[in-house]
Amino acid sequence: MMDAVIVIFSAVFVNNILLARYLGNCPFCGVSKNLSSAWGMGIAVIFVLTIATAATWIIHHFILDPLHLSYLQTIVFILVIATLVQLVEFFLQKNAAALFQSLGIYLPLITTNCAVLGVAILAIKNSYDFIMSVVFAAASAAGFLLALLCMAGIRERLETVVLPRPFRGTAITLIIAGIMALAFFGFSGMDATLSSLAHH
Amino acid sequence: MLINDFTRGLWEQIPPFRLVLGLCPTLAVTSTVTGGAGMGIATTFVLVCSNVLISVLRPVIHPKVRIAVFIVIIATFVVFVEMATQAWAYPVYQLLGIFIPLIVVNCIILGRAEAFASKHTVVRSFFDGLGMGMGFTLSLAVIGLLRELLGSGTIAGRALFGPSFLPCTLMAKAPGAFITIGCFLAIMNGIDERKRSIK
Repeated sequence: MMDAVIVIFSAVFVNNILLARYLGNCPFCGVSKNLSSAWGMGIAVIFVLTIATAATWIIHHFILDPLHLSYLQTIVFILVIATLVQLVEFFLQKNAAALFQSLGIYLPLITTNCAVLGVAILAIKNSYDFIMSVVFAAASAAGFLLALLCMAGIRERLETVVLPRPFRGTAITLIIAGIMALAFFGFSGMDATLSSLAHH
Repeated sequence: MLINDFTRGLWEQIPPFRLVLGLCPTLAVTSTVTGGAGMGIATTFVLVCSNVLISVLRPVIHPKVRIAVFIVIIATFVVFVEMATQAWAYPVYQLLGIFIPLIVVNCIILGRAEAFASKHTVVRSFFDGLGMGMGFTLSLAVIGLLRELLGSGTIAGRALFGPSFLPCTLMAKAPGAFITIGCFLAIMNGIDERKRSIK
């Protein structure tokens, strides 16, 4: 139980997927212009990331590993993720029209979001068990949502500010991300402290 | 025309600045010049091979399933790179970590496949891939050079300054990555703007 708390804290704050692991920066710059699209993208990522990590964990441990095919990991994982995104899209379209309306446009973008493939690979690399992998994936995605919301909030306020022309758009977004990463630096080492407290 | 295809990636549309794609590897591996150049070369290999193969298979690929086919082709070459670096360049493999398998989702490669290789001849696609790849390598190496110099006071691992030099460790970490690349982007935008105002 305590281990799960540490994994969650570490994935959301200490090793934030966007600000410390450098994964998923394309949507971070692209979909952070306003809060409502940031919510849509964030929720869609939580949804897909959790399902994708569960699916790839099962495939790795029950198909690739027993057959000694783990060198095919990259190809198999990306295909599984692409298929899964399509399935989720069909499923939502059929069964949750309202949700599909709000998340629809973000779903296809997620296939090439490196956060999804990155977390799936990291869950295998860290040799988490199934439950821990799912917890890790959901927490990483929650960290993604947190950072994306902060960025969207800041950028909404930037709209009214006069910026030097060359800095407009992606340039200022990256610099803000740098300052946010600096703030998240304050959490560094806290996961290690927590785990040493838990084990003594 | 071929020269144009080649040079387009080197300045006019140099990734990741003009063509703002592939930010994640750019941020992640440029804390040293070796990491940046290594990632650039690996990406160039995948980009050139996938561009050529996709251009060859262009008449056979059905437009409805093209993206899936592109991804499989790209992933195949990425697995080549993964195994090759593991066998022959293990330090680079360790340095780049999960960002080698993540070359699959580097939007530059899929972007060039979709925007160029699926519409042009093999030779032109080869030069487009080579130009874009070399532009990407160049950008990553320059960012890596700057961040390594300021962040650890070394170039490719060799200490440059005396023992009294205090490196700005922040430059080698995540905030340095974001801020350096943001400033590079702003500088490129500024150059563009000046050119336009002169015209």
